[in-house]
Amino acid sequence: MSDSVVTLNHGAGGETMRGFIKQLFIESFANPLLDTLADAALLNLPGTRLAFTTDSYVIKPVEFPGGNIGKLAVCGTVNDLAVMGAKPLYLSAGFILEEGLDYSRLERIVRAMAKTAREAGVEIVTGDTKVVPRGECDGIFINTAGIGVVPQGNGLSPLLVAPGDAIIVSGTMGDHGLAVLSAREGLSFQTQIESDCAPLGDLIGGVLKISPGVKWMRDPTRGGLAAVLTELSEGQPFGVLIQEAAVPVREDVKAVCELLGFDPLHLANEGKVVMVVEESAAGGVLEILKTHPLGKNAALIGQVTEGPAGVVRVQTEVGGVRRLQRPAGELLPRIC
Amino acid sequence: MCLAIPMKLLERDEQRGTVESGGAKRDVMLTLTPQAKTGDYVIVHAGYALEVLDEAEALRTLELFRELGEAGE
Amino acid sequence: MSALSGYRDAENVRRIAAQIAQVELPRPVRFMEVCGGHTAAIYRFALHDLLPDAVRLVSGPGCPVCVTANDFVDRAVALAQLPDVTIATFGDLIRVPGSSRSLAEARARGADVRVFYSSADALEFAKTHPERRVIFLAIGFETTACTLAATLAAAVQSGTRNFSMLCALKTMPEALRTLFSAPGVQIDGLILPGHVTTVTGMAEFDFVPREFRIPCAVSGFEPVDLMETILMLCRQIEQKRAAVENQYTRVVRQDGNPHAQALIAKMFEPCDMPWRGFGDIPQSGLAIRKEFAAWDAAAIPVEVEPAREHPGCRCGEVLRGMIRPKDCALFGKACTPEQPRGACMVSSEGACAAVYHFAAEER
Repeated sequence: MSDSVVTLNHGAGGETMRGFIKQLFIESFANPLLDTLADAALLNLPGTRLAFTTDSYVIKPVEFPGGNIGKLAVCGTVNDLAVMGAKPLYLSAGFILEEGLDYSRLERIVRAMAKTAREAGVEIVTGDTKVVPRGECDGIFINTAGIGVVPQGNGLSPLLVAPGDAIIVSGTMGDHGLAVLSAREGLSFQTQIESDCAPLGDLIGGVLKISPGVKWMRDPTRGGLAAVLTELSEGQPFGVLIQEAAVPVREDVKAVCELLGFDPLHLANEGKVVMVVEESAAGGVLEILKTHPLGKNAALIGQVTEGPAGVVRVQTEVGGVRRLQRPAGELLPRIC
Repeated sequence: MCLAIPMKLLERDEQRGTVESGGAKRDVMLTLTPQAKTGDYVIVHAGYALEVLDEAEALRTLELFRELGEAGE
Repeated sequence: MSALSGYRDAENVRRIAAQIAQVELPRPVRFMEVCGGHTAAIYRFALHDLLPDAVRLVSGPGCPVCVTANDFVDRAVALAQLPDVTIATFGDLIRVPGSSRSLAEARARGADVRVFYSSADALEFAKTHPERRVIFLAIGFETTACTLAATLAAAVQSGTRNFSMLCALKTMPEALRTLFSAPGVQIDGLILPGHVTTVTGMAEFDFVPREFRIPCAVSGFEPVDLMETILMLCRQIEQKRAAVENQYTRVVRQDGNPHAQALIAKMFEPCDMPWRGFGDIPQSGLAIRKEFAAWDAAAIPVEVEPAREHPGCRCGEVLRGMIRPKDCALFGKACTPEQPRGACMVSSEGACAAVYHFAAEER
């Protein structure tokens, strides 16, 4: 690293963060399970296959339209298990609280966690609380870890992905990212946009129960759809081509993106899944998704292609083809 | 340079107005466009309305493209 | 927006592309856009793909971040270290590398650097935080200059003394004259910046066809706009004409915006200005008028490191349209949008960043 201090780019979901994780953590902790960099590790225990994951939540503001840090801390971890094909079961919750945090706010956050856990069918079975002096953290940070069981015969693997496969998203892109951005001071937008923050276990479980054609899944959080599709294709012998016009994006999300110079494909989601599905199964998967309230805007957005290898391309709404990359670090509104 | 998009002026007072696009709203300064009326599209750049969009002209131009298509087909 | 959605209509774009293909050009042509917004739109909609091989687009010095000289960033970083100072900036500038660090790195080391969408919001912040000295980084061309003039006037009027601007505003005409006067620059048509012209009016650019015989067209920013502009330039060449034409008729008036021009003239005066890649260009910048010196952050004494460029960075040649971004050895290797060495890689409308992000072929 040429940087001698950590900057916000190191956590922004772009190239810097990926390089930083690989160079520092993966090198230091190296083992075959971690090296896959998947959303959850799959552990083979006698008689059982477990999925195990952890995530920390540091969001500003801690309460935002459509959710708060507590709801997010449950959804994020549940979703990381669900996209690995696991049924989420148990969570841990670690809280770092800043001296002076409003107690009623903490209550709202914890109640939201409890409610979301019930909806997701998981139990928060262990936890920890630390309070640090004022100024040493920003109100509240939460870490959750989660475990789930992977049913026998679950065939999800990036190795199965092949040209011709369909790429499906479960709903509109960018709602969470924009809801949080527009709640942040300094931008002063009024929108009806709410975070899509939701546990996906039920939606994904429903698809997996019925359709054997699903090959790979991710939830497009930081870095958005662009980061997920880049991860899918990086270093692989195939490419990805999506049709911009087919990607569902709310009109108000589009409008704010135009104004601030953002790409909706770079914005975070917290209640959406991207699936790679055998071509012949795509219609069926879409149908199942659309019957679920969290999947009613599901859409087929593109295909896995023969090439160019390792590259994600977008056919724009006027017909040209361009490349799609991870966002360059922290998303900054631009006027130019 | 100069990212600016058309937004509809919903209401205004002397200096400021509220503009809207696709359901997203924001307050903007109208210092540079004192003539802007409620219902106009204004071109918004960095929190200021830069100019009033001539909607009739915009639609007239689009009509020309349509005719272009019919002539060519 | 529904009334205007036709400007993004694939069918309209296809129709115009067909017309462009029918123009009988005497030779392959290169058109330059001098607005980063155009650069970003061309790449975002992949318009290169829709043009015949004989029509090529190159990016000129139209991204205000990209043409901002290193010493401006260095001064801003130095000011950020002063006690009680808040640096207020558009998001575009925050990752631009200075001689040794960017504002983002200064922030990581404790400086108070805040991003604002509007200078008017930064002025409000100053009013509600009288204990802070708020310095707004004033970059941009005429389009942004008039908004900053309005904010500066409001600061003066309200007597907000804890708000000031560090000014590196630039104006387009003299930069274009310098560019086209240089030997070896081969440009067959100029796509004029629609939002600059909205402010200045069209007459500002009459000298380009008159002095350099280069066809010009003022363009909007939607794909249909840019395609029609390219068609207009092709037709001027076919008809052996060179004039300033207006494609963006729904917004750009012949004489520009008189209110905006008056505010710029009231608050700023023309000055010589350093441009990355061009050096000092006489009368190509705007400085805060002497009578408003109390709001000019250039007067704040601060020690600034001597400016130096990253060795190997060829932004200057990219900005003059002499080389393509990929011709630079740093491109995509030592220089990426997250670790930019040169300013053209920073803003998503910078020529290098646009190619890095959007070019469909393998790098």
